[in-house]
Amino acid sequence: MKGLNAVLGAAGLAVFLALGEAVPRLGLVKEQYFPPTSRIASALADELGDGAFWSALGDTLTGWALGLAIAVVAGVVAGVLLSVVPYLREATASTIEFLRPIPSVALIPLAVLLYGTELRSVLLLVVYASFWQVLIQTLYGVQDVDPVAEETARSYGLGTWARVRHVLWPTALPYVMTGVRLAAAVALILAITAELVIGAPGLGQQIAVAQTSQAVPEMYALVVVTGLLGLLVNVGARTVERRALAWHQSVRGEVAV
Amino acid sequence: MVKGRSMLDVRGLRKVYEGSGRRIEAVRDLTFTVEAGELVCLVGPSGCGKTTLLKCMGGLLTPTSGDVLLEERRVTGPPPGMAFVFQEYGRSLFPWMRVAENVELPLKQKDLPRQRRRELVRDALEAVGLADAAGAYPWQLSGGMQQRVAIARALAYEPQVLLMDEPFAAVDAQTRADLEDLVRRLWQERSMTILFVTHDIDEAVYLGERVIVLSASPTVVQEQLKVDLPAERDQLHTRVAPRFAELRTHVYQQIQAAKRGSLRDGLTKSDPPPATR
Repeated sequence: MKGLNAVLGAAGLAVFLALGEAVPRLGLVKEQYFPPTSRIASALADELGDGAFWSALGDTLTGWALGLAIAVVAGVVAGVLLSVVPYLREATASTIEFLRPIPSVALIPLAVLLYGTELRSVLLLVVYASFWQVLIQTLYGVQDVDPVAEETARSYGLGTWARVRHVLWPTALPYVMTGVRLAAAVALILAITAELVIGAPGLGQQIAVAQTSQAVPEMYALVVVTGLLGLLVNVGARTVERRALAWHQSVRGEVAV
Repeated sequence: MVKGRSMLDVRGLRKVYEGSGRRIEAVRDLTFTVEAGELVCLVGPSGCGKTTLLKCMGGLLTPTSGDVLLEERRVTGPPPGMAFVFQEYGRSLFPWMRVAENVELPLKQKDLPRQRRRELVRDALEAVGLADAAGAYPWQLSGGMQQRVAIARALAYEPQVLLMDEPFAAVDAQTRADLEDLVRRLWQERSMTILFVTHDIDEAVYLGERVIVLSASPTVVQEQLKVDLPAERDQLHTRVAPRFAELRTHVYQQIQAAKRGSLRDGLTKSDPPPATR
């Protein structure tokens, strides 16, 4: 069954790529704006041999990883603190509900004003967008602590810190993992957006450059790379999730007793 | 451990839950004593505040008035000399820890050296017959085995008093019989004081040296009854002994009386009069 799915998936992809090749060649769309698959592939191969491409990729990944790391740490710490300190959650709930829906891209002018085209501009947008994903999931996760588990811990004399570490954190972890996976995807979108719009160094900026210089196949090649990055980010996040949550019922499946 | 010394004292315990305009008096006025090394069973009609009482005794709930004393010291929070076994073993054990880690966690809080912790964990798992399961996750075990792990965790904690809140209510009848014998054996081997809450009359009479019958909510002590069955009990013979039948009939009548809320009525009807204390 799994093998069949893989074959079907590969076949679907092959058909898609073949269509991408055939449609422009048959003149159904303008080849100028929509080059055939083979042209994009050769442009991609050229890019892979270019040092500028690799440094742009490095810049994008730096902005993405650094921003995501900051957002995850800040989101988790804030989420746990808001839940553990009495009344803090109630006091901050309305503020969070106000700040959270602000689209990160609306902050682009602010980022440009503050930091220009530096990495810090990218970080501002990435962190703002992904922080909420982690924070909200952490808040939900922390609320999910089983009262029986909590009472068990208290009855065995576990103090506040020990309960956070041994009960609250493992309970919240599946939620946090979901938050991190969502945040990782959002962070990549925002990193590329910031480079594209602000002109901070990275793949987004390269795409903008390719566009203005009419290098259409190169532009598509770079778009393909960002898509592959997104795919890798998701697969990586899922792998980490499965490793860290081997005990959780969503991962462990049915167990024969 | 010297018998006859009072280990647990419950004095005038009262617990009223208040919230959102409703006021529920779960426990009205409870006074009783558990002696060191005793195995006492608490029975009562369902919803009579048994769990509330046990949580007050374990320092998990603050009583509205009255005191719980453990060796003459007032219980204000979970005392180190007490271990709790919950009914919901599946939720009481941590699924993210292996069996041995679950048993060891409370010991880490006691700041015991690693070597000593290892010994206690191994010893406790052996005592409940689960030495092989140390590396498994709780959810890989059957319900009865999970409750054994919870009991092992309590044993390793080396408590003076073991509080058990309907621990076998959720396991099947055969497993339940095994676990009851396990509790009797551990109690005899380790000379702990055990307070065992149950709604099952047969279980209370089979296990206990003494049975405390609680009234319906708001709860008071309906009756205290000494179980004068031989110390060596087994599922086959003890449960068919005439004395067992007398005692369980008596407790049953008491609980029926408690449900009707007519204390005097229940006392006059009980026959034959057992040795009460």
